[in-house]
Amino acid sequence: MFDELRDLYQEVILDHGKNPRNFRRPEDATCLAHGNNPVCGDTLVIYLTLDSDERIQDAAFQGQGCAISVASASMMTDILKGKTATEAKRLFEGFHNMCTRDDFDISQLSDCDEDAIDRLVMLSGVKEFPIRVKCATLAWHTMQAAVSGDEETSTE
Amino acid sequence: MNKPSNVVEMTPETNLGDNSTAAYDIEKIRADFPILSREVYGKPLVYLDNGASAQKPRQVIDAISEVFEQYYSNVHRGVHWTSQQSTTAFEGGRSKVAKFLNAPSENEIIFTRGATESINLVAHSWGRTFLKAGDEVIISHMEHHANIVPWQMLRQELGIDLKVVPIDDDGNFMFDEYENLLSPKTKLVAVTHVSNALGSVVPVKDVIEKAHAQGALVLLDGCQAVPHAAVDVQDLDVDFYVFSGHKLYGPTGIGVLWGREDLLNSMTPYQTGGEMISSVTFEKTTFKKAPHRFEAGTPAIAEAIGLGVAIDYVQAIGLDNIAAHEHGVLQYATERLLTIEGLKIIGTAKEKAAIISFDLDGVHPHDLGTFVDRAGVAVRVGHHCAQPVMDRFGVAATARASFGLYNTRGEVDALVDALEETRKFFG
Repeated sequence: MFDELRDLYQEVILDHGKNPRNFRRPEDATCLAHGNNPVCGDTLVIYLTLDSDERIQDAAFQGQGCAISVASASMMTDILKGKTATEAKRLFEGFHNMCTRDDFDISQLSDCDEDAIDRLVMLSGVKEFPIRVKCATLAWHTMQAAVSGDEETSTE
Repeated sequence: MNKPSNVVEMTPETNLGDNSTAAYDIEKIRADFPILSREVYGKPLVYLDNGASAQKPRQVIDAISEVFEQYYSNVHRGVHWTSQQSTTAFEGGRSKVAKFLNAPSENEIIFTRGATESINLVAHSWGRTFLKAGDEVIISHMEHHANIVPWQMLRQELGIDLKVVPIDDDGNFMFDEYENLLSPKTKLVAVTHVSNALGSVVPVKDVIEKAHAQGALVLLDGCQAVPHAAVDVQDLDVDFYVFSGHKLYGPTGIGVLWGREDLLNSMTPYQTGGEMISSVTFEKTTFKKAPHRFEAGTPAIAEAIGLGVAIDYVQAIGLDNIAAHEHGVLQYATERLLTIEGLKIIGTAKEKAAIISFDLDGVHPHDLGTFVDRAGVAVRVGHHCAQPVMDRFGVAATARASFGLYNTRGEVDALVDALEETRKFFG
C-alpha cells in the first residue's frame, strides 16, 4: 500500500526515528536553542558544544516529534560533530535548498563532506511532501539559531 | 423541523453490527457531493476531516454559481433589479438561519466571517461595554483557541478573570467543578457545545440554567454541534450562539452570531463604516439596530445565500436522521478502531458527536497522517487548535477522524485498513 512512501521512510530514517542518536543533554554545551513546529506540536532542544575555534565538539538534542523530525535531528547531530560553525551553516543552506528548490544542483556541495551529503539527500525525500519539509528542517533551523545565539526558533 | 435537542442521543436503529444505517439512502446523498466521487493517489477519496471543514453538495455549489451567473449585485443599496434580487436572496439566507436555530427574530442573526469572528464580536462589543476589572468569564478546558484567546485579550485589557472548567480523563465537562466556579462575579460562561478535539457533548442546558441562576450570560460555540444535531436557541434559553457555515456543508467566509435582540441592541458596534449606520454627519453618527449594526461593509453575499441552501439541504435530510446515521458510524468506527493494536482513543465522554481523536502507539500523528493520506484517507493530525486539551492528555498531537452525514462504514473500514498497514510499516 505504501511503496511510494519508502523513498522517504527508508530503513535508515526509520531507525534514526526510533533509536535517535545523541539524544541527551550534554553538561558542557556552550549554546542551545528551542525549536517548535506549531503546526504539529513538535518541540526540539539542540545543544552544541563549540570550542574556541568555533568547531563543534559535541552536538545533541532532546524533544519529541514525528519520525522525520527526530531522524533529521539524530542524523544532523551525528553529521555536525567536528564541523565548524561555518561548515554547519553551509550544510544547512544546502539541505534547505535540496528540500525546497527545483533548481537545486548537488554539485554546489561537491566540496562538502560526502557522507553528510549522502545522508541529507536521503532526507530530502520530503521535497515530495511539501507539508513535511518543516519536519526535516526544524532541527537545522534550531541548530542555526543556537549558533546565532537565538534561544527560540519556530518553523512558522 | 427543529426539535428541541441539546443532547445527541442514540436511537435503537444505531446498534453496533447493524450494517445498514437506514436513516436515509446514503448512496443518493453521496451522489450530491461531487468531490466524493474523485480519487486521490488512485484510490477513492475517503474524507474524514469534516470537523475541520465539510464538503459541499451540488445544491450549494449550483446556488453560488447561480448568484454570479444570474442576479449578482450588492445588497441593500440599489434600486435596480439585480440588487433587489440579491437582497431578497441574501435576506432569505438570514431567514433560513433564523428558522434553523428557531430564533425568535431574523434581526438576531448576524452574518460574520465565521465562528471566530462571531466570538471576537461578542468579546469586543459586549465585553467592552459590560465587563470591568474583577468580573469573571468561565470557559472550559476543551475550548478551541477561538474561544480562549479573545477572552485572554479582554483579561489583559480590562483586568477580568478567566476561569476554566476542568475535564475528566474521559473528556467529560466536570459539572460539579463548574458549579463551584460560578459566583456572583461570573458575568459570562463561554463554552463549546461539542468539543472539536474530543467530540464530547457538553450538557449545555444545565450549564445555562446554572449560569442564569447566578445572573451570568451564556455563549455557546456551536461549530461542531450544528452539523450533527438540531439546535433550538429558545429551548436552550441561551444568550449567544455561534457557528461557521463551512462546517455545515456551506461556503467558507460566512458564519453566524445569534444573540438575543435586546442584548444585541445594547452592544456597541464591532466594525464601523457603510451599511451599519442610520445617519452620518461629521458631528455625529447614529447606528442601525441589529443585525445591520454589526454588518459594516459589503457582506459575503453569495456565501450567505449558499449557507441558506446548505441549511435547506441538511433540513431536507433531517437533523435527527443525520444524528442517527452519524452515531451508527461513530459506534462502528469506535469499535473497529479499538481492534487495532496500540490504538488509544482520546475522548471517551458519555455523550459524543461523531469525532474520534486517537493515538497509535509508536507512530507519530504526523507520520500517520502522511501514511493514511496515501491510502486516500483524509484525517486531521495536530493539536486541532485546542492545545490545552492536548496538554490535558499529555500528548503534543493526535490524529482525528471526524465524520459527516455522507460517511459510511465502508470508509471506516478503509481508515482501519490504512492504519493497520501503517502500524505494520512502523512495527
